[in-house]
Amino acid sequence: MARTILHVDLNNFYASVECLYHPELRGKPVAVSGDVENRHGIILAKNQLAKAAGVKTGEAIWQAKGKCPGLICLPPDYRKYLRFSRLARKIYADYTDKIESFGIDENWLDVSGSVALFGDGMKIANEIRRRIREEMGVTASVGVSWNKIFAKLGSDMKKPDATTVITEENFRQVVWPLPVEELLYVGRSTKNKLNNRAVFTIGDLAARDVQLLKLSLGVWGETLWTFANGLDAAPVAQSGEESFVKSVGNSTTTPRDLVNIEDVKMIVFVLAESVAARLRRHGLKCRTVAVHIRNNELYSFERQGKLAAPSFLASDIAGKALEIFRQNYTWDRPIRSLGVRGADLVTEHGTVQLDMFAPDSAEQEQLERTLDRLRERFGPYCVRRCALLQDDRLTGFNPKDDHVIHPVSFFR
Amino acid sequence: MVSKTFVKVTAEHDESGQVKPLLLTWTDGKKYEIDRVTDVRQAPSLKGGGLGMRYTVKVRGKEVYLFEDEGKWFVEK
Repeated sequence: MARTILHVDLNNFYASVECLYHPELRGKPVAVSGDVENRHGIILAKNQLAKAAGVKTGEAIWQAKGKCPGLICLPPDYRKYLRFSRLARKIYADYTDKIESFGIDENWLDVSGSVALFGDGMKIANEIRRRIREEMGVTASVGVSWNKIFAKLGSDMKKPDATTVITEENFRQVVWPLPVEELLYVGRSTKNKLNNRAVFTIGDLAARDVQLLKLSLGVWGETLWTFANGLDAAPVAQSGEESFVKSVGNSTTTPRDLVNIEDVKMIVFVLAESVAARLRRHGLKCRTVAVHIRNNELYSFERQGKLAAPSFLASDIAGKALEIFRQNYTWDRPIRSLGVRGADLVTEHGTVQLDMFAPDSAEQEQLERTLDRLRERFGPYCVRRCALLQDDRLTGFNPKDDHVIHPVSFFR
Repeated sequence: MVSKTFVKVTAEHDESGQVKPLLLTWTDGKKYEIDRVTDVRQAPSLKGGGLGMRYTVKVRGKEVYLFEDEGKWFVEK
């Protein structure tokens, strides 16, 4: 039986919430942006008026102000956004328990089981939109389809405050003429690869021989082909299920570019401390460490390596991260942002292969747990590594508590 | 130019968690009895800015929106 899946996207989420709290800004172009001082000065969200003036998410504030001179920039207030996100989920929960969040402002809802109660997908979608408008004062666009991919596509087609229905009868007319990069997970480089092979629309992709796509793009080719043909069968996760942790990571854009290994060491230690503390809090250890590097040209890549034994020690994680870094970075450009992630998680009390010659880590673990408790009582900066004191501005941030919105993957 | 006024509210919380505002104290200390609550719902305050539980109340024959936003009460101007 065909499923009924909704994708609800809260329009211009951060900006809409801020506008609701600042009625005096109504009718003016508004954007929510990061902190310029710390080089996080990009546009995070904008309202319709700013959008009409050509302001784009991700561009620098000065670029945006160039296009839209009267632009009002507000700092983000994540606590407020999380509250709105929770309220929206509460509304969705009146229609289904299968709610899967995709970032803070987007959710998939599987309402297949409740169409008999509330009416078809279109009707539920319209009701949810009305309730979000009336109860929360913001708007949402909803895509209705039988799979998650087309539902998401639908929610992007008509904005704001609109419902788009993509059915098995009309998807060839509605979806296939769209450019291929509209499809989820077709980014810049996949788009280029596909364009080089004369695949420009989603229809082109759907019509290709799947074996040829596999040859040129690997497994991805097949996955994207199933997306384009509406054959994606991924289920909408049960609500609450997504809290299961797959990896723990922190990253930061530094206040100044990193130019040598000493700078990198400092940042890696700050990030590794945070990752390790979060692992300990969840009672987990990681077996793999991944490092994400972005240079000042905004080119980025990630490399990973295995630890000798599962660990939640900052020293192990930082050591591995620096080893990976040294092997993979050639310093042709300074670095703008760094990330450290612990993956391949196991529970802390799981069995381990002991090493006869390695030093016992129990003492070290006790030490770091003691540090956790000290920091809990006296603040994150009460005990710090000596290496971090060389540059206070660079290391004076707390990735563990400062900010907690993590992008999520479609493939859980 | 924020068009809302935070006020002091005396309210009754019953066993089921329902909240009924009884008395409203204006910023100048004047007290206003709340005669009737005609509607309670979650709603945004479009004039004042914000979001919360909206109590439609009658005060001296006049209909007023009284909002409770995370524990703080305010009236739209």
